[in-house]
Amino acid sequence: MALKSENVRMLAKLVVIACAMFGFGFALVPFYKKICEVTGINDLQRADVVTNTQVDKSRTLILELDANTRNDLPWHFRPTESSVKIHPGQLVQVVYEVRNDSDEPVTGQAIPSYGPQFAGQYFRKLDCFCFSTQELKPRETRRMPVVFVIHPDLPKDVNTLTLSYTFFRVEGARRAAATRVVAKPPV
Amino acid sequence: MEAVHGHDHAHDHHHPTGITRWLTTTNHKDIGSMYLWFSFTMFITGGILALGIRAELFQPGLQLWKPEFFNQLTTMHGLMMVFGAIMPAFVGFANWQIPLMIGASDMAFARMNNFSFWLLPPAALLLASSFFVPGGATGAGWTLYAPLSVQQGMGMDLAIFAVHIMGASSIMGSINIIVTILNMRAPGMTLMKMPLFVWTWLITAYLLIAVMPVLAGAVTMLLTDRHFGTNFFNAAGGGDPVLYQHVFWFFGHPEVYIMILPAFGIVSQVIPTFARKPLFGYASMVYATASIAILSFIVWAHHMFVTGMPAAGQLFFMYATMLIAVPTGVKVFNWVATMWKGSMTFETPMLFSVGFLFVFTMGGFTGLVCAVAPIDIQIQDTYYVVAHFHYVLVAGSLFALFSGTYFWLPKWTGHMYDEKLGKLHFWLSMIFFNMTFFVMHFLGLAGMPRRIPDYSQQFADFNMIASIGAFGFGLTQLIFLAVIIKCIKGGPKAPAKPWEGADTLEWTLPSPAPYHTFETPPVVK
Repeated sequence: MALKSENVRMLAKLVVIACAMFGFGFALVPFYKKICEVTGINDLQRADVVTNTQVDKSRTLILELDANTRNDLPWHFRPTESSVKIHPGQLVQVVYEVRNDSDEPVTGQAIPSYGPQFAGQYFRKLDCFCFSTQELKPRETRRMPVVFVIHPDLPKDVNTLTLSYTFFRVEGARRAAATRVVAKPPV
Repeated sequence: MEAVHGHDHAHDHHHPTGITRWLTTTNHKDIGSMYLWFSFTMFITGGILALGIRAELFQPGLQLWKPEFFNQLTTMHGLMMVFGAIMPAFVGFANWQIPLMIGASDMAFARMNNFSFWLLPPAALLLASSFFVPGGATGAGWTLYAPLSVQQGMGMDLAIFAVHIMGASSIMGSINIIVTILNMRAPGMTLMKMPLFVWTWLITAYLLIAVMPVLAGAVTMLLTDRHFGTNFFNAAGGGDPVLYQHVFWFFGHPEVYIMILPAFGIVSQVIPTFARKPLFGYASMVYATASIAILSFIVWAHHMFVTGMPAAGQLFFMYATMLIAVPTGVKVFNWVATMWKGSMTFETPMLFSVGFLFVFTMGGFTGLVCAVAPIDIQIQDTYYVVAHFHYVLVAGSLFALFSGTYFWLPKWTGHMYDEKLGKLHFWLSMIFFNMTFFVMHFLGLAGMPRRIPDYSQQFADFNMIASIGAFGFGLTQLIFLAVIIKCIKGGPKAPAKPWEGADTLEWTLPSPAPYHTFETPPVVK
């Protein structure tokens, strides 16, 4: 019947549209990443370029340091100092210390957050352990620096800042590590 | 048994009885009825969950539920109402009415139609049973935001599968509807002669095909993040939870129009009938519907003003959202103009449609308030938002569904419904609806957050009013059930055209509509 075959033809076209839209959902992922990259939003893993390091000695800020772990990460993670006094524009280095308390290698990734939230945009990081994943051998202890400048444009009413890092376990790495352990031939 | 008759042609006049009739039916009327009963069941189930929420919020402090169970209640209420009640109800209307209104004998793919219905009950069972698995149902909210949804127990997996199945069901339903409308109209029925209900469903079906697969993609990503080591939304692995919100709302905003456009269609059939005047501005109604559908794809991030979007992004999404008020305004204007100087009577369908017009428009205006970025940042995740979307979903979609049910019940059952009970249903629904949700505007503006089982003392009075209203609204729906059962069982015989002003094709058929209709297509002049 003519109508029937015409219906089936249209059905096929509509199924193609539906499948294409399923693919489009996944295509949004690289698209989103690209937009963030081009506009510089949410770019957590790249070093900033600091051009003008005019130090504003007239202002003293209290920077509080904070450290957390998530996803049952068997790590001990803390800053070496709980707070430091700094000036806007000054090149500052703080050190975090992390220790793997487990008997297997574990990979983690640190994600920063800031208090107050909008202060994040005034942090210019030249170097940070959060720029890459950290793989710790069993019982390994590591001291990791963060080097940054607070941009002098920081609003005048902000006197206390918080820099916080949370270490997340990188799941894929755990699975890979687990496979490695299994695959190791008996000694 | 059915296999014996298997190779008979589609219009087998010897149809099985009892349960096999319903399991194997390919008749659009049977499937439409099943959709409607399914959605009513889910409406009651989701409603009971809502009453669980309102019972807890009756007074401050924790009375009945643990906070995590409260979150499961809000999440499941949302999922069941959106995917189980509202959407299948409209598909039920489409199944019953579209072939009748365009003069087709059935839907284009009758077996697929049966399959797309029978996917729904298993999905509903998955959702309902997730309450009983370890960790309970998902409490991540109906939007299933990452990272919470990546972390929760197996109730979340059941919800993901349920969403997959319901999505597949509505994609199949939509394909069926599009093919039926485009290929099977009676001779002479050009696109611009189609009843507006058919038009709104055509556009809705395209929206569904465009966005349901995106939701399927989003929840698939959640699933692989949870179990297969991918890192789409996992910050530690280089993913981004905000990405989930973008993908979800790319589906989510067209979704809200999926739930309201067919409602516009029903109201556009009912108001001209009872005003005894043709619909004012038919062509502009069609274009307004299409504009709303197209605009819905570029406004999704207005749900995300607090995610740290750049000001330029906020401005774009704010203005694009406000633009939607224009075609919506055209529609409201046209409905009012249709009533202008009409010979109106107020039978129950008309009461619900006029009620819709009042209350939905209020919901539209609060939507406009929410669209303004600086205000939205203030009222994000407060009860103001809860009030807004219940004004458009309950007083919008649901009231239109009631209106359509009363409008077509005589055609479906062959009996007139009880007008007195119908009117009582309308007035009680209207009063209790406003009692429940109007006060939520005040609560939201005063800062009461949503999805929290406890609240400060100063919110106590309004919450008590809202809870009493909610229980009233819930009980009122039993009147609706009573009217339907009474109407199916008997009542005055309905003529072929019980409404004087009705002029679409279904009213040329006897009431109740025979099992097989328009085997020879009617000719439309």
